[in-house]
Amino acid sequence: MQNWPLFEIFLRSKNGLSHKHVGSLHAADADMAITNARDVYTRRKEGVSIWVVESKHITASNPEESESMFDPAEDKVYRHPTFYVLPDELEQM
Amino acid sequence: MTEIQSLEKRFQDRIDAEERIEPRDWMPEKYRKTLIRQISQHAHSEVVGMLPEGNWITRAPNLRRKLGLIAKVQDEAGHGLYLYSACETLGISRDEVLDQLHTGKAKYSSIFNYPTLTWADIGAIGWLVDGAAILNQVPLCRCSYGPYARAMVRVCKEESFHQRQGYEIMLTLANGTPEQKEMAQDAINRWWWPSLMMFGPNDSESTHSAQSMAWRIKRFSNDELRQRMVDMIKPQTDILGLTLPDPEIKWNEERGAHDFGEIDWDEFWSVVKGDGPCNKERLAARVKAHEEGQWVRDAALAYAEKQEVRKASDGKTKVA
Ligand SMILES: [Fe+2]
Ligand SMILES: [Fe+2]
Repeated sequence: MQNWPLFEIFLRSKNGLSHKHVGSLHAADADMAITNARDVYTRRKEGVSIWVVESKHITASNPEESESMFDPAEDKVYRHPTFYVLPDELEQM
Repeated sequence: MTEIQSLEKRFQDRIDAEERIEPRDWMPEKYRKTLIRQISQHAHSEVVGMLPEGNWITRAPNLRRKLGLIAKVQDEAGHGLYLYSACETLGISRDEVLDQLHTGKAKYSSIFNYPTLTWADIGAIGWLVDGAAILNQVPLCRCSYGPYARAMVRVCKEESFHQRQGYEIMLTLANGTPEQKEMAQDAINRWWWPSLMMFGPNDSESTHSAQSMAWRIKRFSNDELRQRMVDMIKPQTDILGLTLPDPEIKWNEERGAHDFGEIDWDEFWSVVKGDGPCNKERLAARVKAHEEGQWVRDAALAYAEKQEVRKASDGKTKVA
């Protein structure tokens, strides 16, 4: 097991939806990761498509920097429709 | 306030606000250790739990029962895998976790150190043991640690079939011949107390509980969950027309709950410490399976490496 790399598993639950991360598993290679992911994560038709990515290839944002990363979006209310004042008689927009 | 104290305070504030903690977030070392211990024990329990039930796959009374049992045992393997993966997000390797099991350093649920003597035991396990597991696991879906909580959501979705197939087995036996009914009663008699023990020591004796509650790893105390178990199982036993092996069990109008007898704590601790009927056998079976599977893991890896080399050299000829 020592040398079996870790893979992250993503499932598309049905066509029309994006793949979503569901967990991880160890496998000797990507093909085996897909076969194993089928048995581990789709025993009840949870997916119609599987992506596997070796965990080491994922670059993640640093949680310690999440303030500087995501706070700038916080005070930009003008990016939302409700920021704009429109007359009541306007029934739809 | 020192830096570590202020980190700890911020951590606890997040927990109190019901925020989930994710793998790369700062966490107290003790929180990490507690989770590694709990999640790995949980994973080991799923894996070792396959042994007593696997014992009956080849002897299931008919194909319908056999399909159900195989599917259940396969689910338990899946549960073990979800949990090992969740455990690894805390920075411990799969090898190390397995090693702790194989060397006897890590524990797993004591319930699996009891033998499955008859087919009725498969019914009793699905109904009582998975029933107890569900009561333990449902609150864990809201555990503060994200990967553990997410694994539990998957597990809980799959568990209800386990309990129903177990109860259906019991129901069939209870409505069968006198011998079958007796077999079902005997299984209840042997599995009832060990199932109640699954919730752990009494609250007054439980050492890790307070901290785990504060960290929202745990949401209900051992005794609260045990009470729920008794209240859930008693009416289900009545429907079977069978009884629980506890003369003290009776409805308490005032409490709105069942009173019940005292667990044999000497038995509990002796099984925990390794002297249950099957402790040695279970561990030996796990170690044997792991060792005898080594060549498969090695071969898969050698094959993957060969493929990798072949791919690389194919690439080269194309470039040339
Ligand atoms: Fe399970
Ligand atoms: Fe189960």
